[in-house]
Amino acid sequence: MSLVTRDPGRTGFSVEVFEQFLAGRQEADWITEARRLAFAEYERLLSIELSPEEFKRLDLRPFNASRFRPLPEQSQQSSVSALMGDHTEYGGRIVHQDGYVSQLSGSDTLSERGVLFGDLQQMLESHRDLLEPFFMRRAVAPDADRFAAWHAAFWTGGTLLYVPRGVELELPIHSLITHTQDGVAEFSHTLIIVDEGARATLLEETASAEAGSAGLHVGCVELIVERDAHLRYVQLQNWNQNSWHFAHQAGVVENNGSLQWTVVGLGSKVSHIHQDINLAGRAATAEVNGVTFTSGRQKLSYYTQQNHQQQGTHSDLLYREVLRDDSRVIWRGMIKVDLPAQQTDGYQRSDALMLSETARCDSIPGLEIEADDVRCTHGATTGRVDQDQILYCMSRGITRNEAMHMIVEGFFQQVYDRIPIPVVRETLSRTVQKKLGIETMESRLISDDEDEN
Amino acid sequence: MSSVLKVSDLHVSVGETPILKGVNLEIGQGEIHALMGPNGSGKSTLAYALAGHPNYSVTGGTIEVDGVNITEMEADERARLGMFLAFQYPVVIPGVKVADFLRHAVTNVRNPDRKEGEGLIGMREFRKELRSRMTELGMDHEFARRYLNDGFSGGEKKRMEILQLAMLQPRFAILDETDSGLDSDAVRVVSEGLARLSGPQMGVLIITHHERLLEFNTPQFTHVMLGGRIVETGDAALANELHSNGYAEVRKRHPQAAAEEAAAEEALA
Repeated sequence: MSLVTRDPGRTGFSVEVFEQFLAGRQEADWITEARRLAFAEYERLLSIELSPEEFKRLDLRPFNASRFRPLPEQSQQSSVSALMGDHTEYGGRIVHQDGYVSQLSGSDTLSERGVLFGDLQQMLESHRDLLEPFFMRRAVAPDADRFAAWHAAFWTGGTLLYVPRGVELELPIHSLITHTQDGVAEFSHTLIIVDEGARATLLEETASAEAGSAGLHVGCVELIVERDAHLRYVQLQNWNQNSWHFAHQAGVVENNGSLQWTVVGLGSKVSHIHQDINLAGRAATAEVNGVTFTSGRQKLSYYTQQNHQQQGTHSDLLYREVLRDDSRVIWRGMIKVDLPAQQTDGYQRSDALMLSETARCDSIPGLEIEADDVRCTHGATTGRVDQDQILYCMSRGITRNEAMHMIVEGFFQQVYDRIPIPVVRETLSRTVQKKLGIETMESRLISDDEDEN
Repeated sequence: MSSVLKVSDLHVSVGETPILKGVNLEIGQGEIHALMGPNGSGKSTLAYALAGHPNYSVTGGTIEVDGVNITEMEADERARLGMFLAFQYPVVIPGVKVADFLRHAVTNVRNPDRKEGEGLIGMREFRKELRSRMTELGMDHEFARRYLNDGFSGGEKKRMEILQLAMLQPRFAILDETDSGLDSDAVRVVSEGLARLSGPQMGVLIITHHERLLEFNTPQFTHVMLGGRIVETGDAALANELHSNGYAEVRKRHPQAAAEEAAAEEALA
């Protein structure tokens, strides 16, 4: 699939595949109707060039979608270990396996407080009046691009979290999206709605059961933060290195609402995430953190947009990328400030640390500003590990490798500092150490904090 | 047994440029040596070469600790043998807390055979030790949680070097202009700190332009470097003389080294 797909058949998701998929579904008619519209949109968008600004640096030619198929029925349940799953107490948990919800807990207790938590399709059917106005309407439109339309036609499973007005969830919710079958195409959806004055935290992660199998994720994340509400959302992408990950993700923040959004990219062969932050209400704020650590021949691509639509909005984006081996990271960031969005404060920054000569990082920030009373700052740096830092560490008895690891962790530490969720910081620290090859190193972060008490 | 750091006929180049042209120096444990000399005479080059900086290549001669040749050793191996350099320009390591950094360093120096990933010294005892050293140096304990040298003032950085010296307790400490760029209060703190730390277990080489550091740490030996060689060695009185009169007399006494110094300066200009 190049920018223009001249042969839609090559995508492998023909009308026959779609009809076969529909035949296996048991769902409300209105959902099916929406799928048909989305599929028509998908076919139309296949013949239209992908946005060069967003995709021109990402080579999708090796991608062969026909290698992947949605599973016609739920696969046998298998347990896939989660990075964050066992390390803190959760108020609810959901597991998706190959596009089907395979485990759910906590939803009964949550429902006593009016919280809806569970399988998206079931929830859409049982609470259509409440949820239909949100699903693929407020945050991500089915015709946003080829991948959004593809997702809207084939989505299955998915997480719905609705937190009603004024309810504060003290414990985080955990969502795990897994692939267990080779060749699976999985289209899970995450829809979170935090109503006025409510507060919630959802930690989501992806994982492959086996290192050798290949999976495809075409996902969508919609985060709706209503007036005075607060949401913390983390997505930790940790597929195996044969998997493909495409996702259209958007957060909408209304008056005085705040969104803290952390994306972590560790796994996959190729991934592209389109991330929109729409500050739709006055004084809405968003903090966006990105952490990526690539190795081998991985390619991770991000397109981020901070859209300031109203007065007094504030956004702050910091991505930190560490690249090893022959890996590649692309970050294209944009701050857009609409005419009404005076007194806006927008910030974006991407810093990359290269651990090899053959890794490559493209960081391209950008601004589009229509208002005249704003403060927008952006920056991007790409550098190698500083030899003076290494020597300084070594002159204190620290080995060259250990110094390198320390410097990498320190580089990420500055993003961890922005994430006020201990389990996320600890997981990241542990995972980074593992990827650096220090399996047994004791976690300095954890021991340090524990001992401080 | 008292340890000895012995530098014999040391030649060091930076890139293609020879800087040190045969330095001889012997420092015993418990001794304080001052190294003085005009800018560009090679003092910092000697300091980096002793620490094992890869950009300073030894083209001749040896560095030995108790007869063990360390000339080819990596900087971390030297540190584990008891060498320490207080940097003239301490390096910032963002995101790495002082306490974490020092816990790794202290563990490695005290257990020289440790492999990466093996356990660190106990947090509780380490923290206690760190706090008491910080108190002695008049440092806020909050520094332990700050990122190493990140946002530190000049004086704070130098004090951090002395804190590291205190924690690592090296056999041989080289202080490269630890007093430069400091106001007189800060110089006093650093000087007193060093005076408290140095003792019969530590050999010290102080590279300085100032009297203050030497006031608190009286050198038994003063060496003068000129044109990449140590041209004179005396006692504390020599340091005082140089402070009062500068290097004009030294240049007169060693015309050949002075000529080489001038030639090197010209080549740089």
